[in-house]
Amino acid sequence: MHFNKFVLAAGIAAALSSSAMAADMTVGFSQIGSESGWRAAETSVTKQQAETRGINLKFADAQQKQENQIKAIRGFIAQGVDAILVAPVVATGWDDVLTEAKDAKIPVVLLDRGIDGPEDLYLTSVASDQVKEGAVAGGWLVETVKDKPCKVVELQGTVGSTPAINRKKGFEQAIAGHSNITIIRSQTGDFTRSKGKEVMEGFLKAENGGKDICAVYAHNDDMAVGAIQAIKDAGLKPGKDILVVSIDGVPDIFAAMVAGEANATVELTPNMAGPAFDALAAFKKDGTVPPKFIITESKLYTPADDPKGEYERRKGLGY
Amino acid sequence: MRASGAAMSIGKLGRSAVGESAFRMEARGVSKVFGAHRALDHVDFGLLPGEVHALLGENGAGKSTLIKILTGAYQPDGGEILVDGAPVVLNSPLHAQTFGIGTVYQEVNLLPNRSVAENLFLGHQPTRFGLVDRRRMERESRGLLARYGLDIDPGSELGLHSVAVQQIVAIARAVQLSGKVLILDEPTASLDRDEVRRLFEVIANLKREGLAIVFITHFLDQVFALADRVTILRNGKLVDTCRLDALTRTELVRKMLGKDISFSGSTSLKTERPTTEVLLNFENFGRRRSVRPFNLTVHKGEVIGVAGLLGSGRTEMARIMFGIDPADEGRATMKGAPVGLRSATEAIALGFGFCPEDRKADGILGELSVRENIVIALQGKLGWFRALNRDEQLDLAGQFGEAMDIRAASLDMPVKLLSGGNQQKVILARWLATDPAFLILDEPTRGIDVGAHAEIVRTINRLRDDGMALLVISSEIDEVVAYSSRVVVMRDREMVAELRGEDINPGVIVQAIATHGETAHHEAAT
Amino acid sequence: MNRMALRNVVNTQTVALVGVLLLNWVLFPGFFRIEWQDGRLFGSLIDVLNRGAPVAILAIGMTPVIATKGVDLSVGAVMAMAGAVAASLVVAGYPAWIAVSGALALGLACGIWNGILVALLDIQPIIATLVLMVAGRGIAQLVTEGSIVTFSDPTLVFIGTGSFLGFPMPVVIAFALMVLVTLAVRKTAIGLFIEAVGVNRSAATLAGIRSRLLLIVVYSISGLCAATAGIIVAGDIRGADANNAGLWLELDAILAAVIGGASLLGGRFSIPMSVVGALIIQAMNTGILVSGFPPEFNLVVKAGMITLILMIQSPLAGHILGWFGRGKRGAA
Repeated sequence: MHFNKFVLAAGIAAALSSSAMAADMTVGFSQIGSESGWRAAETSVTKQQAETRGINLKFADAQQKQENQIKAIRGFIAQGVDAILVAPVVATGWDDVLTEAKDAKIPVVLLDRGIDGPEDLYLTSVASDQVKEGAVAGGWLVETVKDKPCKVVELQGTVGSTPAINRKKGFEQAIAGHSNITIIRSQTGDFTRSKGKEVMEGFLKAENGGKDICAVYAHNDDMAVGAIQAIKDAGLKPGKDILVVSIDGVPDIFAAMVAGEANATVELTPNMAGPAFDALAAFKKDGTVPPKFIITESKLYTPADDPKGEYERRKGLGY
Repeated sequence: MRASGAAMSIGKLGRSAVGESAFRMEARGVSKVFGAHRALDHVDFGLLPGEVHALLGENGAGKSTLIKILTGAYQPDGGEILVDGAPVVLNSPLHAQTFGIGTVYQEVNLLPNRSVAENLFLGHQPTRFGLVDRRRMERESRGLLARYGLDIDPGSELGLHSVAVQQIVAIARAVQLSGKVLILDEPTASLDRDEVRRLFEVIANLKREGLAIVFITHFLDQVFALADRVTILRNGKLVDTCRLDALTRTELVRKMLGKDISFSGSTSLKTERPTTEVLLNFENFGRRRSVRPFNLTVHKGEVIGVAGLLGSGRTEMARIMFGIDPADEGRATMKGAPVGLRSATEAIALGFGFCPEDRKADGILGELSVRENIVIALQGKLGWFRALNRDEQLDLAGQFGEAMDIRAASLDMPVKLLSGGNQQKVILARWLATDPAFLILDEPTRGIDVGAHAEIVRTINRLRDDGMALLVISSEIDEVVAYSSRVVVMRDREMVAELRGEDINPGVIVQAIATHGETAHHEAAT
Repeated sequence: MNRMALRNVVNTQTVALVGVLLLNWVLFPGFFRIEWQDGRLFGSLIDVLNRGAPVAILAIGMTPVIATKGVDLSVGAVMAMAGAVAASLVVAGYPAWIAVSGALALGLACGIWNGILVALLDIQPIIATLVLMVAGRGIAQLVTEGSIVTFSDPTLVFIGTGSFLGFPMPVVIAFALMVLVTLAVRKTAIGLFIEAVGVNRSAATLAGIRSRLLLIVVYSISGLCAATAGIIVAGDIRGADANNAGLWLELDAILAAVIGGASLLGGRFSIPMSVVGALIIQAMNTGILVSGFPPEFNLVVKAGMITLILMIQSPLAGHILGWFGRGKRGAA
């Protein structure tokens, strides 16, 4: 499946799957909240996906609180929904409420994040592979610079957060064995645009005004957008003097690509719900048990992949 | 008891006259220096078991420094401290406690939102299975409180009780923890007459039990009523230690001041000068749940004394007049024109001034300088945008500081470092700087030393002679008699009498306060 | 005024700032290098000023609030709201001056709201401003619908990233605000009244100060400063990030004021010293960035340095230093 063209894909999926089966399905969705643009996009894509499949989606925003999520799930159970989607805000403390769902014979699908608990409490979990995201970004850099020496500065996510650890790990795995590529500086930009800009400013000063930097690897696009501004302020050309590679695929990074200021991004698809609905439909239809972990694709986008079109497609999703 | 026997056998003062072991606690030649200032200069002080020993002196005489050395809060720069004849080094008040030395301050240093029992046992609660044994604690508290004549619920919150009860709880705690020496630092300053009497009974009992008690106060009556011996300090030096039965009041005051002071007792100093020019007229002026409506005419150049017990409505009357708690009944006129008096700012704009009773809570701006404390009311009157610059402030502060004889090392030092008497003078200076027409003074002489006391009384007379109208609230009846041309008496939140001429004498005033005054007594005492 | 100015130049705050800057120089020899590039100054020192500007502006508003024995926890959220409003207005096609005025008006309204809760309803400042701290960010998220509202309005971008006489605009704005607010409180009686209310509100009121009005004014200034900082931060990244703009900056602003010598118990304050406090915090941040420490050490290093600075400023240290200096004067 091509998640990048999810609207189209979803339409096809809806057409292919038994619409009579899906149409009478009611699914409850307990979302974490709207702490980031990506999260907002996930919410709107999930709603779109439900609509195109004719699924009756009951949406509950937990405002970053587990207790709200548990309340919402209990509510869904009481309403007798056919399935429940949960994007769990934390990893622990789900055993009781998911057991209640299990006892009520309502399948649960985890979106985007995992939980610490028995695997039989949920049907499947749909998530990206963060290590792979880092590896795709690193692989792109390896192919792009080839044998030329390249000093990389890294903008990490929030210290200690899982995506920061995994995306760092994946990138390092990809460049291992390529001694021409070295990470010379690595600092946290807290996943935010302003910190990304501030940290990049520091890197530029510390590395001879940026002349010694060949590429910047940012754990998310927001920090990369900030770094691009810092590079421009320092009188250099982002995308040319310093390569910019990042992860997420938010609209603004495609806009930067259109302007020639960003070189690559690895998409973290907001369409976690599509595969989840597919798995649920198959399960409801003939009891097909999906694999326990459905991994979404980590697709690489470069300026060759119609960044303008990608921007247009994404900008309405609430990123 | 051996202790009381020793007390009887001591003839006169001085440790040379006495066997050294007779002193429960002794300071020998202690000195304390702050920068260039010698706060204590080779002072000897001996405390016998079973005596109440008053410690007297003017501002800056070194009383509080000596107390802080005796309780371990300060380390002396010279001399030594002995407990039961043995030299000791007291590192802190807590350390001093282990030598049996306990202290109770004017502001009770307990936890008002915890129970009486918890306050008594804080830090050494009886435990059972590692947990606080609340029932035992309350039982023991009840017994302990009974010894002090207190019949209160040990489980009740301390802050709900009167200051006097809190003071006695503090004493009970200190005695229980320490047991040899009890230092009482102005314990009566915020108590009314009944409460003082009750406290004195407690102290007398402790004395009979052999405790050595140091008593610091500004009230000479209380010194004569309670103390056996007195030590007088002046300018950091020891003036004398002597038995009180060998001393007259005049002699004592002379020792303290090194001079005769111009007022004493009830000899009337006021010059009866009836004025006719009406400044203010309060008609049926009152506020619900505060003070019943009253009528009062204030003339220029007169002092109206306000007498009454604590809780009689005397302070409330002042607050209504000054607009802090605006009146909801009646009307006020100034020179015939109606005035609103809806806020302090409004009253000040009309030329009112108000020295509140609680100097620390409502009067001084502790962290700010003497200069800023003096100019603040005038600046408030001028408003936000007509700022007095630093030089103007210094001029004003210098001028009014001098007029009030404020003793401060610098006009830029924080006012909280001044003594109580000097702080009170600062607040008076603050209002004089606004050139007020009507000044309300609520207990202007409470808790300050004799010298500052006389200074303030002189100031009241001077201002009156200059044509200002003053309303002075005081529980010192002699004082009220001395300067008032009229005395109004408050009782049960009502103005019950307005006395003039011959009627202004202690007998009549006390009678006016006391008639049907039993309820007020009870309210104040419990 | 001259004597005060002299006394204020050499003190623990400026010594601490110089110390942190020198430490940065030891860790990164190019720290003091400043170049002229594209019509503007460029260098780590300029970064310290530029990145320190938002917290400095918050501290300019926070300091008088703290001096009244209050605290304004809502400034971070007000930043987010102001940025969100400004960005949404320009994206909706309104001219920049309307966007800026709208954001400032919102900051003022927030300040007045806080002031009313504190002054008229007598709610403790920490609780009163907590309301807006929590609700404000939520409102900002509602305005931006949870996403970063990106814009390219040249005026807003100029406020965040432009330069004037070679200095970044945020620095120019922060400096102008510092001078303006300092003069406003010190050339009038407002500064004295703020200190009086902070030290003893009851006594100040009895001395004729309109303490309620004063409190509302002080919180309003804080709200305006927060809105200004919010516009700058949005302009800097060409977008309003409701989730992250100003996040936890209220704590940095409080810290800056405390490093600047203000006591949370109210009383004495100095706006320039609070700005120095903000620069000390930012000098540490920038120093960590250029020094190449692993990010895991950021918070530990920062906490250690701040503890050291606060210890040097503590009364106990003052006493100890006092013994070596002119000696101590105390009351008998």
